[in-house]
Amino acid sequence: METAGVRRGPFSNAPTYVIAIALAVVVIVPIAYVVLSGFRTTGQIAADPVALPHPWVTHNYTKVIASGGFWRQVGNSAIVAAIATILVVGVSALAAYPLARFQFRGREAIYTFFTFGLLFPIAVAALPLYLLLRQLHLDESLLGVALPEAAFGIPITVIILRPFMRAVPVELEDAAAIDGCTSFGFFWRVLLPLTRPALLTVIILSVITSWNNFILPLLVLTDPSHWTLPLGAANYSTEHSADTAGVLAFTTLSIIPALVFFLFAERRIVGGLSGAVKG
Amino acid sequence: MTAGRSKGWPAVRRQGRKWLQIAAYIAPAVVLYAVFIIVPVVQAIHYSFYSWNGLEPLTDFVGLGNYREAFGDPAFRQAMQHNGILVALSLGLQLPLALGVALLVNRPMRGRSLFRLIFFVPYVLSEAITAIVFLQILQPDGLVDQTLKSVGLGGIVQLWLADLGLVFYTLFVVITWKYIGFAIILFLAGLQGIPQELNEAAAIDGATSWTTLRYITVPLLGPTIRIWAFLAIIGSIQLFDLVWIMTLGGPAGASSTMATYMVDQGVNSLRLGYATSVAVILFSICFVFSILYQIFVLRRDVAGGTSRMAG
Repeated sequence: METAGVRRGPFSNAPTYVIAIALAVVVIVPIAYVVLSGFRTTGQIAADPVALPHPWVTHNYTKVIASGGFWRQVGNSAIVAAIATILVVGVSALAAYPLARFQFRGREAIYTFFTFGLLFPIAVAALPLYLLLRQLHLDESLLGVALPEAAFGIPITVIILRPFMRAVPVELEDAAAIDGCTSFGFFWRVLLPLTRPALLTVIILSVITSWNNFILPLLVLTDPSHWTLPLGAANYSTEHSADTAGVLAFTTLSIIPALVFFLFAERRIVGGLSGAVKG
Repeated sequence: MTAGRSKGWPAVRRQGRKWLQIAAYIAPAVVLYAVFIIVPVVQAIHYSFYSWNGLEPLTDFVGLGNYREAFGDPAFRQAMQHNGILVALSLGLQLPLALGVALLVNRPMRGRSLFRLIFFVPYVLSEAITAIVFLQILQPDGLVDQTLKSVGLGGIVQLWLADLGLVFYTLFVVITWKYIGFAIILFLAGLQGIPQELNEAAAIDGATSWTTLRYITVPLLGPTIRIWAFLAIIGSIQLFDLVWIMTLGGPAGASSTMATYMVDQGVNSLRLGYATSVAVILFSICFVFSILYQIFVLRRDVAGGTSRMAG
């Protein structure tokens, strides 16, 4: 896109900048409001809802940071995301391998079977899932949240991984076989390292999906010590609704992990999504 | 060598071992998928024929009674209507808006990657966090009201989340805030794939920028738009988190969705048999929609995709 055919005057891009900046402001202001208001007191916010902190008050933030609840929720979210991601990427990579590189009858049928999972978003299945987890005595357990998340991640993970695994040249497979490599050896030592960009993409997608999941934890985890971060943040905002400044500080702090992860992974997310769309 | 490859891993010649291997690779995914996707769906269909509070044994068989009740309940019809409005608004407003911004921003500019980063931030925030943020700034006399007043638009200030006729549209604006950046970035990626030569050729042939847009850009962006529309529609059908946290579907069901209705009936009213029938209705809608969309809209994209892969 750097090679625009026609040379333009220095100001012909002005509308572009105006729109881009306006949109950026709309995105940033609500978040900035929450972050900054967390540095005020509830009294100040009540007296004048929109103002810069003056003086800056840090005790809302220190209060949340010092409380065990916030960190426990961060930990719970991290545990759930880690279990779900390891599981979904593990089983999907194993399944995508024969679906990408073996010739056998029923291969496309199995692939279609997996892709059908895309038709059932986890929110739609949440209530039946909750009933199943209760039967399995997995309610009130982080594993009970992570296992369905992994299952619901299988379709998109298989769909993303398969073409990458298919693109690895056959010659490498033949060479590995001549060198005495087993099929699993080829999968583990050749295929996985070569599909690393795709693996990173699906890992990031899985972590974000799990980290942001709300409905399943809402139904499954009633004990506050098991809450994940979105559930904890939502409950904090209703339970402490009188303490506006505290809610804002809690919300700000719960944005940070996702933002840090995003800044670290942005190129891969955007690249992965556009790659998935281009097929 | 090629003959061996066509049977899968070259070293594997015997059919029995080959099938065993394939099964071993696929089994873990199939088990996880079956237990946590297939089983709940089948169970939900089973439960949906009973009147059941989730605690006692399943004894009170009511046949299709739950379904009849759901379709007859004005509250559920209202929720379905809301999901329908959401689909229409997403396609009718978000699509042109995102497409317009993508077209305007799709040119060399300073800070391009910074803008891309900023536009993408709301997509990464969870719906839960988005809901809490907007719950705060939509408070009476909060950031939104104050901003409107300061630019002389104090007259249009409303009870954004309490007005029965308005609350759902307020939620739509929040949803747009969260998801529009994703659409823009998707469309920008699609635009990058359109060769510049086509636009130049059209310009040489005397096409106006509108004709170029209408006959070159939008058709070539077709696959991207169709995928986005699919995601937007499925997302609209299953909307829950944002609504649940901001309004619980209220006031008086004015912002309910099928999913909030389902959770409300199941968890709050302990009518789990009935709630699972709502879940089954939701599955069916997603299922039928996806199949129809695959057949009538996405088929040509997919057909192109597979032939490219085979080639």
